[in-house]
Amino acid sequence: MEFQSILSAATGEHGLAVNPWAAVAYLIAGVLFILALRGLSSPATAQSGNRFGMAGMAIAVVTTLLTHAPVTLDGGLDTIGLVEILVAIGIGAVIGIVMARKIAMTAMPQLVAAFHSLVGLAAVAVAAAAYLNPQAFGIADAAGQIFTVSRVEMGLGIAIGAITFSGSVIAFLKLNGNMSGSPIMLPGRHIINLGTLAAIIGLTAYFTFDQSPWVFWTITGLSFVIGFLLIIPIGGADMPVVVSMLNSYSGWAAAAMGFTLGNTAMIITGALVGSSGAILSYIMCRAMNRSFISVIAGGFGADAAASGGGSTEQRPWKPGSADDAAFLMSQAENVIIVPGYGMAVAQAQHALREMGDLLKKEGVNVKYAIHPVAGRMPGHMNVLLAEANVPYDEVFELEDINGEFAQCDVAFVIGANDVTNPSAKTDKTSPIYGMPVLDVEKAKTVLFVKRSMGGVGYAGVDNDVFYMDQTMMLLGDAKKMADDIVKALNGGGH
Amino acid sequence: MDFIAIFSIFVLACFVGYFVVWSVTPALHTPLMSVTNAISSVIIVGALIASAAAGSASSKWLGLAAVVMASINIFGGFAVTARMLAMYKKKVR
Repeated sequence: MEFQSILSAATGEHGLAVNPWAAVAYLIAGVLFILALRGLSSPATAQSGNRFGMAGMAIAVVTTLLTHAPVTLDGGLDTIGLVEILVAIGIGAVIGIVMARKIAMTAMPQLVAAFHSLVGLAAVAVAAAAYLNPQAFGIADAAGQIFTVSRVEMGLGIAIGAITFSGSVIAFLKLNGNMSGSPIMLPGRHIINLGTLAAIIGLTAYFTFDQSPWVFWTITGLSFVIGFLLIIPIGGADMPVVVSMLNSYSGWAAAAMGFTLGNTAMIITGALVGSSGAILSYIMCRAMNRSFISVIAGGFGADAAASGGGSTEQRPWKPGSADDAAFLMSQAENVIIVPGYGMAVAQAQHALREMGDLLKKEGVNVKYAIHPVAGRMPGHMNVLLAEANVPYDEVFELEDINGEFAQCDVAFVIGANDVTNPSAKTDKTSPIYGMPVLDVEKAKTVLFVKRSMGGVGYAGVDNDVFYMDQTMMLLGDAKKMADDIVKALNGGGH
Repeated sequence: MDFIAIFSIFVLACFVGYFVVWSVTPALHTPLMSVTNAISSVIIVGALIASAAAGSASSKWLGLAAVVMASINIFGGFAVTARMLAMYKKKVR
């Protein structure tokens, strides 16, 4: 019986009455979105890719406005309604462009989290609007009974949308520092989470029999709650994974709405964005040697803090000054700079680039080595260096440059720590064991800029590189140290 | 369109997404996130349909609210992506 109603919905007039030209236009929009991502394969083609994306969006919006112009109850064009829609777009445009212009590049992860939350909430609002007025979306019969397939799609859309929204809000608060980055562990949280998820799935199944408002709104409410519960136990160090994962969810939410509306542009986009976020989550997990499940289970920051208090043995290390560093690097043939997030926090990127420029003038070959988790989100450090005018062809990813440390004279580590720790390769008891690291210890000389000897990295482990014979520790603020090295290079009389 | 046709498009698009995203250079992963953010706001299509339909005032206002939210994302997402991409420069030789 139920099977039959699924069949009739699938083969019957599911989705909106299709205008063939509109269908072609949506398909073109979808293809333009694919080209937008394709352009990102190289910085040279990326800007034209972005313009393809804008064109695709313009086509999708204009097509919808033409095929679904606002109508009055007697079927005429509703001019006021059209103005309202254009005003709504205008308000969004002004807010969006102002945010995009003002945001600091260090705050990109927060901005992206905020944008994800808006996609999620918009998906919830659209699903709710479709529930309240299903005939307008062509997903109900004359009696107002919503098609079975549409009910499943709608339930999925609202659940994913609501999870994206509340999860992104928590991620935003953690990244923005409004909320502590340390994990919040509720007792019995796995049982609460699994129970809530089971309730959402069960209610979505029940929704196919009974479309009463309480079922719909309970699914919505529970989904908001689970998004919140899923993200609060995840610590600050895992936020790159969370942001990527929420990126993926926002795509699946769009795809679910695309199924409801039978719209190819939405389905193609949802699939693209969903895969993109999933791949980025995978890349981030691999870079930290963490399984996706353990990130989702949460609590990483708390465990690390506990294990950090272990050994506090004093080992000898060699201090150095900015003048020493300037001398060593100006005499070198090859210098590899390893920047970490601490460098960006200290706002040292411009001083660092100036240092690189002066070294290049001395004939030194300067390269930058980026670990995938050097920033707070995928590719973040590359943006921060680009902002400081570091040419992108001097910046290399871990797997492309790791072989070059053995031939380099100086590795200059600034604001990074765990990503250079050789114990990740050798010490099976280390919390970061198995994480891919930059082989700075193979360089002839390591210059390590660090605020003090006391502090340890995110993972709370000591770094053997500090105590090696060829390492010189440059203690102090990253920006001040880079500025002083620049001064020393300038004053060197060359 | 029937469900199977839509589902086929979805599955094929997932494969396209998989291959296109792996070909994105890691240096551009942040712009990738901001541009995917912008294009996922294609849900504005649903929001526009809701805002334009007669018959339910609450549905219409929910639609208009969604139009505002999606527009913030579309304009903000494309603008911030363009701003970042303009920073990537090649070495001056």
